[in-house]
Amino acid sequence: MAKVKMTVNGRQVGSDCEDRTLLVHFLRDNLALTGTHVGCDTTQCGACVVHMDGRSVKSCTILAAQAAGSTITTIEGLAANGELHPVQAAFKANHGLQCGFCTPGMVMTAVDMIRRHGANLDEATVRAELDGNICRCTGYHNIVKSILAAAAEMAGAQQAAE
Amino acid sequence: MGVEGIGASVARKEDKRFLTGKGRYTDDMSVPGMKYAFFVRSPYAHARIKNIDMSAAKDMPGVIGILEGKQLQVDAIGNIICGWMIHSKDGSPMNMGVWRPLAHETVRYVGDAVAIVVAESLGEARDAAEAVVVDYEVLPAVTEAVKALEPGQPQLHPEAPNNLIFDWQIGDGAATEKAIAEAAHVTEITLRNNRLAPNPMEPRATLGIYDSAEDHYTCYTTSQNPHVARLVMSAFYNVAPENKLRVIAPDVGGGFGSKIYIYPEEIVCLWASKKTGVPVKWTCDRTEAFLTDAHGRDHVSTVKMAFDKDNRIIGLKVDTIANLGAYMSLFSSAVPTYLYATLLSGQYAIPAIHANVRTVYTNTVPVDAYRGAGRPEATYLLERTMETAARELGVSPAELRRQNFVRTFPYQTPLIMNYDAGDYEASLEAAMASADWNGFAARKAEAARHGKKRGIGMSCYIEACGIAPSAAVGSLGAGVGLWESAEVRVNAVGTIEVMTGSHSHGQGHETTFAQLVADRLGVPIDSVNIVHGDTDKVQMGMGTYGSRSGAVGMSAVVKALDKVEAKAKKIAAHLMEADESDIVIENGEVKVAGTDKTLPWFQVALAAYTAHNLPAGMEPGLKEGAFYDPSNFTFPAGCYICEVEVDPETGVTDIIQFVAADDFGNIINPMIVEGQVHGGIAQGIGQALLENVHYDPQNGQLITASYMDYAMPRADDLPSFKLSHQNTPCPSNPLGIKGCGEAGAIGSPPALMNAITDAIGNNNLTMPATPQKVWAALNAAN
Repeated sequence: MAKVKMTVNGRQVGSDCEDRTLLVHFLRDNLALTGTHVGCDTTQCGACVVHMDGRSVKSCTILAAQAAGSTITTIEGLAANGELHPVQAAFKANHGLQCGFCTPGMVMTAVDMIRRHGANLDEATVRAELDGNICRCTGYHNIVKSILAAAAEMAGAQQAAE
Repeated sequence: MGVEGIGASVARKEDKRFLTGKGRYTDDMSVPGMKYAFFVRSPYAHARIKNIDMSAAKDMPGVIGILEGKQLQVDAIGNIICGWMIHSKDGSPMNMGVWRPLAHETVRYVGDAVAIVVAESLGEARDAAEAVVVDYEVLPAVTEAVKALEPGQPQLHPEAPNNLIFDWQIGDGAATEKAIAEAAHVTEITLRNNRLAPNPMEPRATLGIYDSAEDHYTCYTTSQNPHVARLVMSAFYNVAPENKLRVIAPDVGGGFGSKIYIYPEEIVCLWASKKTGVPVKWTCDRTEAFLTDAHGRDHVSTVKMAFDKDNRIIGLKVDTIANLGAYMSLFSSAVPTYLYATLLSGQYAIPAIHANVRTVYTNTVPVDAYRGAGRPEATYLLERTMETAARELGVSPAELRRQNFVRTFPYQTPLIMNYDAGDYEASLEAAMASADWNGFAARKAEAARHGKKRGIGMSCYIEACGIAPSAAVGSLGAGVGLWESAEVRVNAVGTIEVMTGSHSHGQGHETTFAQLVADRLGVPIDSVNIVHGDTDKVQMGMGTYGSRSGAVGMSAVVKALDKVEAKAKKIAAHLMEADESDIVIENGEVKVAGTDKTLPWFQVALAAYTAHNLPAGMEPGLKEGAFYDPSNFTFPAGCYICEVEVDPETGVTDIIQFVAADDFGNIINPMIVEGQVHGGIAQGIGQALLENVHYDPQNGQLITASYMDYAMPRADDLPSFKLSHQNTPCPSNPLGIKGCGEAGAIGSPPALMNAITDAIGNNNLTMPATPQKVWAALNAAN
């Protein structure tokens, strides 16, 4: 048992957990942030993707102890002031989700993907970048469409701001 | 159509909670005092249990209780049943072996549950489960159905000699033999339909809560049909009477059939909650899911298709062996019989058909319905055979299909089904135009210049959905009726709740069902809530599978809405002193036609509840229920075309384009329907190109038990899809809906396999068409 402290969705948190506790279980069980899901246990499906210090990571493959002191953003921390993040809004507008189970990981991956590629994203890049996120419902068609729409929307917003 | 009514691509009401991490899945549930379960499972495919020693495990940290099958039997918890009786052709009932929720005599597949450990934490439960010592006498195992029927093979159940569950037939054998004997050409082919793991992304989970004060159980579970779960656990497994058992299927992360069945874990966790006095939660990990979720498909079939001199099909003979695994799962017997063989006429007018189906026990996890359930097997068989025949006869595959299409409706096939409406040529034409079929030769030549082999393939599928007329399925052996129920509750302020027995696990019912209400009453969909998935809230239901929620579930809502409208009109006529027949309801208002007299919808609702001024003798309130029992199956159909490019150096197949042209009848929300097709096609492409459950035939170990070993389709394996609809309304239900949930998975595998075999010039290729197999087939052909 150890007390692990980190910043999650802008809030300082600390909780006792077994040494073997994975970050995903720390988030789900200790902090009741159940939006981050476990889909495979082998770092394949990406349902558990969160942002750690600004980069997307699979929270099923990191011990909570390894994340001590870091800044974590989960799906619950993405929408600001009740407004959907542009990626969340694009998934809704383009029917980029069905059962919703892979969705938090898809959205967190997409946010990171757009951060790195910006408006340069094309379909082939999105599909290649989604290699670590499995969806069984959508056939990816509308997920790809959602991410491309969000990338265009966010690039446009950035341009307008500049 | 209004902006939110039938036919509008409304964004989904349920999306916000999923997009913000506020979905509530079973594993997200937590109740005070809740503890964690881990199951001790057989590491062997076939073994006798000599002893279970829990002494070391019992003293492990955090352990609350360890329970085994003998105690389950003492407490009279029932064995797991198959709910559909099939009789062999000699009239004998199917040979069903015993499936105990926890095995205590014999284990029959790797993963068969033996004991449950309940502990303070999941880690402690897992540690203690490893310390449970089970002494096994290992027995020889058999995993392949064809082999299991041979003499001298391991025997799984004493009730089923030679591992044969039933030997069933349908159709006219003599007429079919005669047609084959008189044929100008007979195409013969042996086809294997590979075994698949359904893999909804949410692993199964269950939370059993026993309340000793009320002697009442609550079961949160990952189910497509919570009422069926309650019924079966009550009536057959003796867990608790229905009034003492509440089943809740909250947000469910995909099902694809695998969450229809009531599994051992649900029964055992409820029972264990009473035995240990704590709420017990079990969540499957992915490897456990591969080991214990019901698999799909696993057929081997031989086919003879007979043609006359004009290339008309005159007979079809099919012999199928289906692997049902170690035990008979809930609908396992129906899948390779009435959900499969009755569709063997396809889109074609075939005068004589005969199918023989043998189902077999093997030392593998039970096999049951997986997206399409029998219909993908029938379509794969027919459409691979049609393509093969076209090649043998030297005619265009499109022309051969056209020549044999059913063109007049209703059409009675020789295999029970009565097709009510369709236009198969329209979908064929649309698909060919969308795929630029006529330009293929030039594209193939161009690809050849780059050293690639192009191929094109089509598939014309039909399915039977909207299951099903209760009396009809009852006469065929079903243990339940397949109607649906709905209740429409208009609140005093005019907002509306619809209780439905359908269950959404990704299909978007909270939006589409609300669109139906919006269409009828002209109220915004935000004022309509769809309630489902809880046996305490919804009166009764048969759940969601077989593309039935629109055709059957929404039809029940229509019937309830009819009653609500009739009562609302009576009230409005009374209040406005008009004739009831002059009242119309539109745009949220209740009006007297041809006058300026009108009442807002909410005012009529309020009048129903204040009851100050109702027609004489009328009961207060505005709430109506209905049951809808379909009068026929529905018959979605369509044409899929796939174009591929094979790299002859590596055997890698690249899908250049995938076209789907579907007839789903009337459509409530085109965006959602297209999403269903996308997902279905991805699963079909997965079956044809990537996915395969592989058991080691020597020892029955599951080799493909994680995403490291089982190739799930990923974004970069798939193209974007080109979709179109050619809809002929279904005449048998009030909304004209046929259903769309399974079509993609049904129509796509043969289109892809026809394309690859066209590209490589070798028809001898099995699913999944991995690069290694394609490369070998290509080189064998050259």
